[in-house]
Order: sequence, then structure tokens, then C-alpha cells
Amino acid sequence: MQKTITIQVKRYIPEKQPTPFYQDYEVPLETKWGVLDALTYIKDELDGTLAFRWSCHMGVCGSCGMMVNGQPALTCATFLEEYLPGPICIEPLDHFPVIRDLVIDTDAFMGKLKYVKPWLIPAEERSVDDGENRQTPAELAAFKQYTLCINCLLCYSACPVVGLNEDFLGPAAIALAQRYNYDSRDAGQTQRHDVLLDHGGAFDCTLIGECSRACPKHVDPTGAIQRYKADGAMEFWKRLLLPRGAAKR
Amino acid sequence: MTRYGPDECDVLIVGGGGAGLRAAIAVAETDPTLRVAVASKVYPMRSHTVSAEGGSAGVIKSNDSIEEHIYDTISGGDWLCDQDAVEAFVNEAPKELLRMEHWGCPWSREPDGQVAVRSFGGMKNKRTWYAADKTGFHMLHTLFQTSLKYEPVKRYDEYFVTSLLVDDGRCQGVLALEMATGQLHTIAAKSVILCTGGFGKAFPFTTNANIKTGDGVALAYRAGVALKDMEFVQYHPTGLPFTGILITEATRAEGGFLLNKDDYRYLQDYNLGEPKPEPVLRTMELGPRDRLSQAFEQERLKGRTIKGPYGDYVHLDLRHLGEQHINERLPMVRELCLKYEKIDPVTECIPVRPVVHYTMGGIHTDIMGATNVAGVYAAGEAACVSINGANRLGSNSLTELLVFGARAGQAAAAYAKESPDFSPRLQALADDAAQDIEKTWIAPRSKRSKDTIAGIRKELHNQMENGAGIYRDAKSLQTARETVLELQERAQHVALQDTSYTFNTELTAAIELRNLLELSSAIIESALQRTESRGSHQRTDHPKRDDEKFMAHSLAYRTEYGTAPRIEYAPVTITRWPPKERVYG
Repeated sequence: MQKTITIQVKRYIPEKQPTPFYQDYEVPLETKWGVLDALTYIKDELDGTLAFRWSCHMGVCGSCGMMVNGQPALTCATFLEEYLPGPICIEPLDHFPVIRDLVIDTDAFMGKLKYVKPWLIPAEERSVDDGENRQTPAELAAFKQYTLCINCLLCYSACPVVGLNEDFLGPAAIALAQRYNYDSRDAGQTQRHDVLLDHGGAFDCTLIGECSRACPKHVDPTGAIQRYKADGAMEFWKRLLLPRGAAKR
Repeated sequence: MTRYGPDECDVLIVGGGGAGLRAAIAVAETDPTLRVAVASKVYPMRSHTVSAEGGSAGVIKSNDSIEEHIYDTISGGDWLCDQDAVEAFVNEAPKELLRMEHWGCPWSREPDGQVAVRSFGGMKNKRTWYAADKTGFHMLHTLFQTSLKYEPVKRYDEYFVTSLLVDDGRCQGVLALEMATGQLHTIAAKSVILCTGGFGKAFPFTTNANIKTGDGVALAYRAGVALKDMEFVQYHPTGLPFTGILITEATRAEGGFLLNKDDYRYLQDYNLGEPKPEPVLRTMELGPRDRLSQAFEQERLKGRTIKGPYGDYVHLDLRHLGEQHINERLPMVRELCLKYEKIDPVTECIPVRPVVHYTMGGIHTDIMGATNVAGVYAAGEAACVSINGANRLGSNSLTELLVFGARAGQAAAAYAKESPDFSPRLQALADDAAQDIEKTWIAPRSKRSKDTIAGIRKELHNQMENGAGIYRDAKSLQTARETVLELQERAQHVALQDTSYTFNTELTAAIELRNLLELSSAIIESALQRTESRGSHQRTDHPKRDDEKFMAHSLAYRTEYGTAPRIEYAPVTITRWPPKERVYG
């Protein structure tokens, strides 16, 4: 029976060596170990210099996304047994600048997230004395799926458009805009049209669907973008024909 | 006037989880001209608030009452809560939860569109608001996304704060390590709010994320702030063996059973009431967490638990709830079981064991989040106000981070506005702190040590589990005390393999380990000196609650590194609920 498995890690330590290199580690093949457990084993027992991000170990904080054998994956929710007999190749997520080893630079994404105004824009401000907004289970269901994004960025890694066009808002940011657009408490769609119709917005997406396949939380960004294209096309023509007449929503 | 360029602010919040983000919004709303910043070692949405599952308590329904939520909290905390703090907490809870609703939190709903509430352990009425079983996730993302609309809120993402800069008894900023570059930055601030969470990572089996190393609590401790009630550590009765992943209390609120190896609902043997087919509030599986974890340990000693490769466990049975109900109310539980245990709770029992979940103790604050060092505030799990006393009730902590995050934000904002200019010595203080880091971690070692960070961490875990776990006694605690002090000394000599400045996670792990060691020492010493049993602190050599001597908060003050802290006591505030026996079932 196989006792160990080889983990092949793409390393990059800019201060020490200007070009990336691959390093092999032999780790115990334990049942229940995720790829992340193998990486923490390496860090603790074999090589303290390996750098990677992780935190919750339960697939919800979104820190530990990496390329595993060429596919974007959450390493805490991807198990060694799925890759027998190995080796398993771990690389930083595609389409991002690399800071070091498996740590990517996500600042551009953080900017895009803010750009789509991902907060509730109510028709009128309420005070707590006005009490709760009513929202039926059906109204909740209309946007609930899009609230489930953990910002793990696997979709950005999977999306070929992100790889070619750095201005593209990308799947998670557009799905998040739609999360608020479809919330019955929100009236901010007009403001978000300004962003989503612009250069780098939803119409840059070619609907290949890789983002939805990569998403570990079944958010379906492709679906969110497709729905936007219908709404956005209508808005586009309204804006063209009636410069100030586009309906407020 | 001494200025610090762009790295100067009025209020600096350390930690970007629920409490930190709520505090940041509170500062921005109190006075939009204030410069407010959030520094965190992780991006805000990675914070551990994200893992909370079951819900957030607040009285909203007409059949519930403020009075009852107060009583449940105080009795649940075994009369160690400050009752004025609990009153403020319970009164403000509904307003804070409504604000979350107005900010877009996707609360689960009743058919008519009202916010839905569920039962929770130790609560007499249904009052726990929830967003399926991902409540913490939704609250954190709602707060983070909402915080983006407040222009004054500046963020230092992936900045690891290494010391508080205190001059003349007044905190005036921090030194922080920018992880991407390894540069140390001085961030001057008129007031600092510590919202860095608890320190469950001092223990081996825990629901806590890797980041939960009590950094802010240790920062305060080193700056002379007292740590309150450190001996009270909550074991959650239902974690998955090996991973420690939390299986929410909501599973039991929805009707789950806990079964021993004979498929027997063993809680009926531990003064928790009669087993009924339907969940009954404040009884059996809906008893408080400390009692349930202790019952597990008793069962284990009787040989009635199940042996597994990762320790003993019992069964959590949800099968009778049915697939539809599980999918609707507990989707994450099913997802986690399928993924990490390869079992389906619709058709199989879930293996569970008690795992360290929450630290009731922490930074000693008053009801506004202020500490005994001017300019230092704290909120959330990092703080001990105290509303949780000797045992926190499930679903009070998410609400706590809103109520006291907001309060601390308001208080720190008011203080910052009145505060005088920065001390001219601030940069010199920062330089000293930076040199200390260089000397402790970066400079070559004079003596070669065989110790590693992981090795010392493992020894610490063993000591805490065996010496300061669910049950403790003088002997186990004394052994732990000596070993942990020795580990502190040995940790000073660990040589780092990583000498790079860029994203050096070995360096941050070394600082985190030092933080955990100092806090563990405070846990052990506080536990050793409290010779009674109360809530989560169970001394087998002192099995009774002793109100005469210990109706008091313990306060741990730091002494020299590598020596045990000094313990003092402060009275518990009792307003209208005199101590009684704690009865469930």
C-alpha cells in the first residue's frame, strides 16, 4: 500500500532567486488529509520557508485557492486520495501576479469589488425605528445564490477573459453586483449599470462558463452575467435613445 | 507638532472581522471627519467571523422578552457576567441586528417576510436570527461590503501588528509588519481598538481557524492591560474529530440527538431533563455547551463513547429530520460532512467530540470597550466585558461583536477627538520595538537550538489539552504551568529557516507562537488560583461553586516574560439577579 505521495510545489522567492522553480516534497499519505494538510506538514516538518495562505480549513474563508494539477481548487477541500498515485503539482492561482511561492497579489480584485458598489442602496434610508424590511422566502431565493461567494478567486483563475483583459471586472465582482441588483430591498441598479455597462463590464464576458465550473460554492457567475446581459442590453438602448430617460429602479 | 505622514490616523482598529468592521463603521458614522483605519493580518473577509454558523441572538418576537434574554445569559454564564453589561447588550441587540438587516444581511425569513428565529442552547425562547447555517459568513460579508461605502475607512490589509506604542501611559499607535514586503511601519493613532478574536489555537482540537492566535490580546497584555477571566475556555460539544470543524448547535435546535455507543441519549443521565422526541428549550441537547461537553467527558470515562483514530467520539443523529429539512436549514452541515467525513447526515450519524471553540476571557474592558491603558479599546472575542461570564451561550457572540464593536467605535472616536498631539518620542518608541523584532527573530542565534516552531506548538497543545482541558486539577495545572514557562524560554531560541523579508509566514508564525505561549500561561495561572468549579472551569479537586470567595473576575497582569502572571480579583456587577443554582431540564 502506498505510504507517501509526492507534492511538487512551484516556488518563487524574489529576494533569493529571480525566477520560479519547482521543488518536490514527500509527505505521508494520510486518509482525510486535504492538499492543504500536506502543505502544512511540509511547512511544519520539512521546509519552514514555504509560503502560502490558509485559515479556516473548512472551505469558507477563501484563503487557500491554488492550482492543483492545473485546475483552480480550494486546497482545504481537495483531498490527497483524489490524486493517487501522485505526484500532485501545486502552483499559485493563474492570472494573478505572484508575491511569493503560492501567495498571489489580490489588490486589483479588491479594487474591482468596491467598484461595483456591493452594498445595499435602498430607495430611501430607514432608521431602526422603522423596523425590518419584509422579504419573503421567494424574494430571498431570487438572489441568495449570489450571496454565497467566498472571494476565493478560483473563478478569476479559470476565466480566459481575465487572463487576456486586466480591466475585466471578472466573474465574482459581477455576480456580487447582481446579488444586490436582485435583492428586493435594493434600488441601486441604475448606479451599478454605470459600471457594468462600461468598458471591462459584463459585456466583455464571452460566456464560456469556466467560472461556474470552477466555483466551489455553486454561485454560478456565468448565470449572473447572462442575466445581466439581458437587463443591461435593455438599459443600453434606453440610454442611447433617451439619454436621461433610463428608468430608475 | 509631530506628524507621521500618511500613516497617521485618529482611530486605528486592529483586526478586520465582525467587531473590527462594525467598530470602523461606528467611527465613520460618529464623525466622518475622523481618519479611521483597519489593520489586519488577513483580508477582512478571511477573518474567523466567517466560520460562525448557527446565528445571532436578539429579542424581536412579541412572545419573547428582554428580561428573559438577560436571565438566560446570566444563568448560562453561571453568574459571572456583569449584569449591567448584559442589560446593555440585550437591549441594544435587536437594534444592531436590524441595522444588519438594513445593510442587506440575507436573514432567513418566515413565509410572511418577517425575519425568522430559531432555538439555541441555553435560551428559553426562540430568539436566534440566522442566515441558514452560514450566519457568520453572511454577517461578515455584509459588514465588509457595507464598510466599502464609507470613504474615511482606510485599510491596511495583511499588516501584522507587532506592538502597541505606549508613551506616558497613553497608547498612540502601533508598529506593524507589512507582510508582502517585510517592512515595519509606524501607524500613529489617537486610539486603538483591538478586535483580533480569541486564542483557541492554544489547544490542539479546536473549531478555530489558523489565525486565531490571540495576537491583540497578547499586545494588550504586553502593554500592561489586565486579562480578565482567562481560565474560562469553552468546549463546543459537537466538532468533527481530526479537523475540529464545527457542527453547529442549530443541528440540535432543529431536533438532532446525541447518542453514545449504545445509541442511548446519554444527556438524560446528567441533570439535563427527560428525552423527548421534539427539542425542548433549555433541556437535553439544548442544554448549555459547558454541561454537554462535561457530560461527554463523563461518558468517555465510563467507556460509553466510540473509539476512533482521532480520539473518542459520540454520534449526532439528524436522520429523523429528513433530507428536505436538512437541506433547507442545515445545508452547510451536510456539505461539511460529505466533504470532510465522507458521510451523509441524511442517512448516517455524524461523529462528534467536544472541541475548543471560544475563549470567554480576554482583554479586560469596561462597558464601552475601554481598558486600563488610555487609548486602548477592545471588542469581540478578544475582549472580556463581560457578558459571557463562565460560559457563553451560543448565538450571543455574533451579537456581541455588533453591540460592543459599535460601542468601542463610538468611545474610541470620542477619545480620539479630545486627545492631545502625538508624543515627540513616538518614532523612537517604534524604532525600539522594531529593533526588538530584529533582535528576537532575525539576528543570528548565539546558541543553536534544535527546537522548531511546530515542535513547541505541539508541546503547548499537549499541555493545554491535558493540563487545562474540560476537567482540571491542581496537579495537572502545575505541570502545565511549569512546562509552558519552559516553552516560553525555549521559544526565544528557535532559529527561523526563512530569512526572506517577502511574505515570511515563518516569522509571523513565530510571533503567533509567542503570543499563544504568553496567553496560555495566563489561562493556566488563572485556572490554578480559582479553586472552585464554575461554568466551563471545572476543578475535580474543587467541584463546587464558591460564591463567597470567587464571585469575582480574575485579572491577570503580565510580569517578566517567562514568569507566571500576577492574579488579582475584581467584583462582579450584580444588579437585579442575585446568584442562584443553575438549573436545566
